[in-house]
Amino acid sequence: MNKIVEKVIFSENVTKFVVEAPEIARSRKAGHFVIIRLDESGERVPLTIAGSDPEKGTITLVVQRVGVTSAKLLEKNVGDVIKDVAGPLGTATHIAKVGTVLAAGGGVGVAPLLPIVEEFKKAGNRVLTVIAARNKNLIILEEEMRRYSDELIIMTDDGSYGQKGLVTHGMESFINKEKISEAIVIGPAIMMKYAALTTKKYGIPTQASLNTIMVDGTGMCGACRVTVGGKTKFVCVDGPEFDAHQVDFDEMLLKLNAYKTEEKEAYERYLKSKN
Amino acid sequence: MENILEYLKEERAQAWRDELRKKIKSKDRTAIVRVKMHEQDHDIRSRNNLEVNLGLKKEEAVIEAQRCLDCVTPTCIKGCPVNINIPKFVKKIEKEDFLGAAKVLKETNSLPAVCGRVCPQEKQCEQECFYTQKLKLAPVAIGYLERFAADFERESGMSSTPDVAENNGIKVASIGSGPAALAWASDMARFGYKVTVFEALHEIGGVLKYGIPEFRLPNKIVDFEIDNMKKMGIEFRTNFIVGKTMTIDDLREAGYKAFFVGSGAGLPRFMNIPGENAIGVFSANEYLTRINLMNAAKINFDTPVLSGLNVAIIGGGNTAMDSVRTAKRLGAEHAMIIYRRSEEEMPARIEEVKHAKEEGIEFLNLNNPVEYKFDKNGKVTSMILQKMVLGEPDASGRRSPVPLENSEYEIPVDTVVVAVGTSPNPLIPASVSGLKTTRWGTIVVNEDMQSSIEDIYAGGDIVRGGATVILAMGDGRTAAAAMHKNLAKKLLTK
Ligand SMILES: Cc1cc2nc3c(=O)[nH]c(=O)nc-3n(C[C@H](O)[C@H](O)[C@H](O)COP(=O)(O)OP(=O)(O)OC[C@H]3O[C@@H](n4cnc5c(N)ncnc54)[C@H](O)[C@@H]3O)c2cc1C
Ligand SMILES: Cc1cc2nc3c(=O)[nH]c(=O)nc-3n(C[C@H](O)[C@H](O)[C@H](O)COP(=O)(O)OP(=O)(O)OC[C@H]3O[C@@H](n4cnc5c(N)ncnc54)[C@H](O)[C@@H]3O)c2cc1C
Ligand code: SF4
Ligand code: SF4
Ligand code: FES
Repeated sequence: MNKIVEKVIFSENVTKFVVEAPEIARSRKAGHFVIIRLDESGERVPLTIAGSDPEKGTITLVVQRVGVTSAKLLEKNVGDVIKDVAGPLGTATHIAKVGTVLAAGGGVGVAPLLPIVEEFKKAGNRVLTVIAARNKNLIILEEEMRRYSDELIIMTDDGSYGQKGLVTHGMESFINKEKISEAIVIGPAIMMKYAALTTKKYGIPTQASLNTIMVDGTGMCGACRVTVGGKTKFVCVDGPEFDAHQVDFDEMLLKLNAYKTEEKEAYERYLKSKN
Repeated sequence: MENILEYLKEERAQAWRDELRKKIKSKDRTAIVRVKMHEQDHDIRSRNNLEVNLGLKKEEAVIEAQRCLDCVTPTCIKGCPVNINIPKFVKKIEKEDFLGAAKVLKETNSLPAVCGRVCPQEKQCEQECFYTQKLKLAPVAIGYLERFAADFERESGMSSTPDVAENNGIKVASIGSGPAALAWASDMARFGYKVTVFEALHEIGGVLKYGIPEFRLPNKIVDFEIDNMKKMGIEFRTNFIVGKTMTIDDLREAGYKAFFVGSGAGLPRFMNIPGENAIGVFSANEYLTRINLMNAAKINFDTPVLSGLNVAIIGGGNTAMDSVRTAKRLGAEHAMIIYRRSEEEMPARIEEVKHAKEEGIEFLNLNNPVEYKFDKNGKVTSMILQKMVLGEPDASGRRSPVPLENSEYEIPVDTVVVAVGTSPNPLIPASVSGLKTTRWGTIVVNEDMQSSIEDIYAGGDIVRGGATVILAMGDGRTAAAAMHKNLAKKLLTK
């Protein structure tokens, strides 16, 4: 039982939660995630730890509404509990002083990117950040990102805020300006695919944080398997970060839709049940 | 061993046993036909998830118990990994002291209701029974009787919580909550330790919960035993991944004096053939976990599962049988076993194969998948199978399968479950420096189940790389006894 102690609504579909989880708050590092289960009938869902306060014993989660579980979570309020929170899971991001780091986050991918940007900055790197979303309302964590970035570009698909265009445009404007040592991209699979193609063109080593479907998150089921460099890897234990140039994003994109029909039906049932 | 034989002899010499032996002539005992288990009708059960075996009636159990000859040298005991005093508990049943029988079981086995259901008896106790060995007759139904006595006790409401010694204040912990850890924990609690069981998942029980389906082992039976253990003062912490949430070093700092690693063989193996990552191809762990742990097949639960009309399960072990019978229950028209050897070599329990056949499972033995084909959405649509023949016996003593050239053919499938085995869970070995492992990733232990690190013991599948419930429990008990001896020497005498 983990209590929600703070809730901040970023936009209609994105909300930040601060949740009690003292042991996880102490052990987690940038790049780690948790698996949560809302209640007895809930599914197990992975969420990145966007930050933590070891003193207060809390972790921060930023959640985007996509289906039943995320929608139910968004309805929770301060004082409510999440039945199960397990973690920290995955392999932590390898943070080192490498020079100039290009960080690109799309949509809710900005949340997991934040702690990584923070750590790279603290390790003494120059950090250039691009955050992108469909429109102004979906841009999150701008202030926090600015704090740890030397430069920041905002991109929106419709031009309602920042510059008009895709995340890759923002990335290229940095790449054309100065030498980048390393890049990290987090966001929807399709965005990561194109971001990876962009950095590949310029020969920049790039990490991507993959968001496959998961069940246990401990390496026990294989639901999260992806093909990286021609080999099968488990995202929950071998990742979630991998060499973006080696990831088979096309296979991953198909797999994300494995339960599309079932999930859509479940979501419609859920909406109906609320009326 | 000498002591045990002496003890068994003394027990056998007791007046009540002597009296029972004299009551019926051996000739009449051996003339009794082995009891048949009551089962749900196969047509009905393949459409529900309720337990297939219904248990024995009291009178049937008593008559079956009469078959046992109370041998001078009870070879059956040798076949049981935890050396249950089999004739003693069986004779208690013959005497209609069912609670007494359950008590005998609990002397050496903390989960008799589980073992009575899932032990491969035909390879263990019943294999060594005098009937099998010398009379060439069907063995005494030791498993059925064990289940009967344990169920009787549970349902009687008179089940007793084992006595525990006064709390000695020493904290010890297990990593995992499968049968190995549960057996270890209940012994340590009895010795008076303050026991914590750490489990990564949200449920206690390991494979007993997420693997073995309801129709073979109802969860309520496992939960009953876990509740009993809570009453013994054992603390259970779910959602706690040792090595991640806290490391063994952190736990040492928090005051834990010794550890038992029972983290199991949770890592699913795949065959690395083309198309294996297609949608609709699952590991057995994922398939069974979605259904057993997450209740995916029930409408009011949020976790989905894909289960189609043509379901192929790759493998011939218990996991494969559980998966294929689950697929049938989820509505498959063709629920198929694809096994590369013949039925004779199948490692599954004989009863499971029999039940599967009755339920209409199709067996494609001497077949091996070489490729999966999928559509433009990445969803599996068919598989290519290759026929096999049996060659010379391999290291396991079983005849090894050899592919038959140019024998490939294609069959339509919409769901595939890969049940070709699991590897040890690498989490603990990877997070404890200096812990010795084999090249298969299992933890190296001595005869006390102690690892290369003094305060860390291990047992069950993480040591054996995949075995049985009762072997895992036996390891847990061996580890508890040795750990207790060691800790008592070190800490209690100070
Ligand atoms: C390591 C990891 C870290 C993650 N961190 C975060 C995070 O910090 N914040 C956050 O909001 N989400 C995060 N996700 C994604 C999150 O787990 C999914 O959005 C969530 O499982 C959806 O559950 P649902 O029941 O709401 O939707 P569902 O009903 O399960 O899904 C609805 C639709 O969303 C799509 N979908 C499903 N799962 C994913 C996924 N993993 N990624 C993208 N699309 C998906 C599918 O197309 C599906 O049809 C993370 C995923 C992983 C693997
Ligand atoms: C489908 C299936 C059917 C089977 N049928 C039979 C049968 O009929 N008869 C039989 O005798 N055997 C059967 N077996 C085998 C038997 O279940 C296993 O041999 C036995 O469960 C092993 O017990 P264990 O205690 O070693 O580990 P497990 O039961 O595997 O339990 C290990 C537990 O440890 C947890 N864990 C792992 N790492 C950590 C960590 N770092 N921190 C916290 N927790 C952790 C896991 O989540 C898991 O719950 C079957 C197995 C399967 C999969
Ligand atoms: S525990 Fe298993 S092997 Fe031992 S007597 Fe019972 S059924 Fe037989
Ligand atoms: S070997 Fe068979 S007949 Fe003899 S004591 Fe054991 S169960 Fe009874
Ligand atoms: S989520 Fe089960 S193995 Fe990764």
